[in-house]
Amino acid sequence: MSELRINQGMEIRNAQAEIQQFRLRIAIGGAFTLIMFGLLFVRFFYLQIIQHEHYHTLAEANRISIVPIVPNRGIIVDRNGVVLAHNYSAYTLEVTPSKIADLDAAIEELSTIVEITPRDRRRFKKLLEESKRFESMPIRTRLSDEEIARFAANRYRFPGVEVKARLFRQYPQAELFSHVVGHIGRVNQKELDQLEKDDKLSNYRGTDYIGKTGLEQSYEEYLHGTTGVEEVEVDSGGRAVRALSRTAPVSGANLVLKLDAKLQEMVYRSFGERRGALVAIEPESGGVLAFVSKPGFDPNLFVDGIDPQNWSELNNSPDRPMVNRALAGTYPPGSTFKPYMALAALTYGKRRPEQAISDPGFFNFGGHTFRDDKVGGHGSVDMYKSIVVSCDTYYYMLANDLGIDNISRFMSQFGFGSRTGVDIPGESAGILPSQEWKMKRFKQKWYAGETVSVAIGQGYNAYTPLQLATAISTLASDGLMFRPHFVNYVEDIRTREKSYVEPKPLRQIDLKPEHIEFVKNALVGVNKEGTGWRAFAKAPYTSAGKTGTAQVVGLKAGEKYVESRVAERHRDHALFIAYAPADKPKIALAVVVENSGFGAAAAAPIARQVFDFYLLGKEPPRPAEEEPDAP
Amino acid sequence: MHPSIRRLGRFLTAHVDGLLLGALTLLALTGLIALYSASNASFGRVSSQMGNLLVAFAVMWVFANIPPHYLARLAVPAYLTGLLLLVGVALFGEVVNGARRWLHIGVTRIQPSELMRIAVPLMLAWYFDRYESALRLRNFVFGALLLIVPVGLIARQPDLGTSVLILASGGYVLFLAGLSWRVIAGMAVAAGASLPLLWSVMHDYQRQRILTLIDPTQDPLGTGYHTIQSTIAVGSGGLLGKGWLNGTQTHLDFIPERTTDFIFAVFSEEFGLVGNAVLLFLFLLVIARGMVITANAATLFTRLLAGAITLTFFTYAFVNMGMVSGILPVVGVPLPLISYGGTSLVTICLSFGILMSIQTHRKLVQT
Repeated sequence: MSELRINQGMEIRNAQAEIQQFRLRIAIGGAFTLIMFGLLFVRFFYLQIIQHEHYHTLAEANRISIVPIVPNRGIIVDRNGVVLAHNYSAYTLEVTPSKIADLDAAIEELSTIVEITPRDRRRFKKLLEESKRFESMPIRTRLSDEEIARFAANRYRFPGVEVKARLFRQYPQAELFSHVVGHIGRVNQKELDQLEKDDKLSNYRGTDYIGKTGLEQSYEEYLHGTTGVEEVEVDSGGRAVRALSRTAPVSGANLVLKLDAKLQEMVYRSFGERRGALVAIEPESGGVLAFVSKPGFDPNLFVDGIDPQNWSELNNSPDRPMVNRALAGTYPPGSTFKPYMALAALTYGKRRPEQAISDPGFFNFGGHTFRDDKVGGHGSVDMYKSIVVSCDTYYYMLANDLGIDNISRFMSQFGFGSRTGVDIPGESAGILPSQEWKMKRFKQKWYAGETVSVAIGQGYNAYTPLQLATAISTLASDGLMFRPHFVNYVEDIRTREKSYVEPKPLRQIDLKPEHIEFVKNALVGVNKEGTGWRAFAKAPYTSAGKTGTAQVVGLKAGEKYVESRVAERHRDHALFIAYAPADKPKIALAVVVENSGFGAAAAAPIARQVFDFYLLGKEPPRPAEEEPDAP
Repeated sequence: MHPSIRRLGRFLTAHVDGLLLGALTLLALTGLIALYSASNASFGRVSSQMGNLLVAFAVMWVFANIPPHYLARLAVPAYLTGLLLLVGVALFGEVVNGARRWLHIGVTRIQPSELMRIAVPLMLAWYFDRYESALRLRNFVFGALLLIVPVGLIARQPDLGTSVLILASGGYVLFLAGLSWRVIAGMAVAAGASLPLLWSVMHDYQRQRILTLIDPTQDPLGTGYHTIQSTIAVGSGGLLGKGWLNGTQTHLDFIPERTTDFIFAVFSEEFGLVGNAVLLFLFLLVIARGMVITANAATLFTRLLAGAITLTFFTYAFVNMGMVSGILPVVGVPLPLISYGGTSLVTICLSFGILMSIQTHRKLVQT
């Protein structure tokens, strides 16, 4: 009995001890629970109180997407409001390559619903190579309503493909203004880098296009406008749920040019099939009235990325339509150089107007015979006659009396050999030769014989039609030189405020009025009784001009130039510089017709048409007639 | 009141622990509120979750009415069935999402690891109860073996989350059964030493989860995405939260799995630190009641079982909230009573039914 009791007692004590131990363990478990939950609470406190700002910002960044609203690009119009560049709204079919596994298959399938031409495919392929894969890119533009409806019905089959309404740039005048207005194109990496450097990148968020050439490039900052911003709440898939706020974009400013579209068109037409350039300038301001480089090209091809076929056609054409002849093409001025040479001779006192030479039709210098165009010579030639009949011998003789450095110094005042600073990019400086220039360029000293060629606008001389036009315009305004410019004013389309591009006088050349008077009078003589008379016969206004013919290939000594014997592309360029009316010039121009022979025959008639049109409003006959040969 | 109704009432409530039921109901209601928001203010999932709750509470009631000694008889068959099924899974299991977890049985398929959540602590509690009078080290070694085998099989499926939780529940039994501190310390050292070994046998995605925990930004769109987005949700909630139905992370779809494993991010974003504190308090209430039941339990079997159930419940809650707030790796552990889903709800409520049974059958056993 007692043993049993003891055992029971021990068991009870054991059980008691066990329960004590168990309760201790359970208490430890409880403490553990509390500590761990305490840790969680500390974590929550850290996240929700201490780091709250940070996570709040992150959540907002998740939620709010800043969607740029691309501003409408400003339009470009001529002086009369004729539209040269504008925007139209159209639906495009856009593809985001990163969202599509098999791009080719998707495009193939798309083409069963919406027409996709081989040209579209090539263009798209080119775009694809140039851009990042997460951007959406147009595969088809200008969808018809029917195509939109058809795609909408099949939309579910094409993830990553969507219809977007976009504004497109269009150049309604096509090739007519390709070398002035230029064109826009998709922004490339180089331009992005530049924008970033200029701190303008944020304004280009969402903008796919940027001015690539011409006015589209040089006035980019006005035309582009200010990008608006829309704050949109988005879900994790990037789908917009609702709009939160909106800052409207500011449309780009419009450009109103000095150019006259009708004049431009008339000039373009008057060149016919010939290549060349014409620049017409308003002497009192430097405003460019016409600016033609023939042939042009259709800038619309470039807007959405040019397809490779058109690109190679344009690039490989022997007519080189992509070269801006008026701005970057350089030509020897030929005899159009003579009035400035005469002015230089007067200014430096090397000739008096009445001093006459006897012209045998050639000039020997340093064992070389320099020929005049007229076999047998012009007889007795004074300064007036030297310009009117374009006597070479007079200037051969003058050349070394003036010397190359005087010629160079004088001519540079008229802008020869330096960029005019016109408001489109890509200008050539041309070549105004001098001793220094030759040493720098060829590491050779100057030969006096070379001065003889330079004096009649040949030799190293090479100027752009824009420079030739600026020079004659400067002469027309008695030596007051303006920077040529295309834009008359920039118009803010909200405030209608017009910011004029002020005519910027570059310099007043120091010339004696009687010298200018004399040379200008001789230029009037050219059109009245000289090389330009036929082109300007019966003009109801007086005009001043100077013909020129520029050799493309040098002739061997004693060789006579015979047009029919020379390959078409080696024929001389025809040049003409002119202004009218002679007493109060309203328009000055330079025209170069490539490989067309005498300036009087090929170039002067174009100038006549321009003056008739601009001063009298007279339309030239269509198609442009060939004028008979002048003497 | 009519005597028959009174009898029915007594029949229904006799084995229900009011306190526990109250705390669980509060948690479940909180879960429904969060779920309504997580499912974008629609009743679809809420009503189906209510159906799940009804079933789960019914299961809880059933188990509350089963006396513990009947449960003890179930221990060995349940454990062996579970083990057999786990072996079956390893041999014939169906692979879903790269893990072999499911087993086809006739028309339906089951996840045997779910059964083991209950069967393992049940088995261990039964085993230690059997050798109650003279527990030696070898009992603990055998107990550990009973634990390691199913845990290993589940870890190999692979299902890291479940295996860790089952390991924890078995570990709690070992601990409460009085495993000596020296052994615990020795095991801690051994565990630390075996970490490199563990690392070498882990699957790539498991390693990735752990790496992601250390630095979620390493892979912000891949494995780090869940953690980053849920942490943002919690942090942006602030002190008071963004308000019910106003969570931007929630309603703009930034929180993945937001009705199930990540529902705590939804709750935390909309109710803030205050809401979190309330939720922690509700969990603690349940745990505290479980502790009291454990402490009062009559037999070693019931003590161990109740303790394991309570601490496992805590572990679920801790692991889930730790995962959502970015201090634990992403393992597929739902937040008990809050997350949407029938299976886990039934398992949890079943275990609370056992707790109630232990509490309410106490006197019967003692007498």
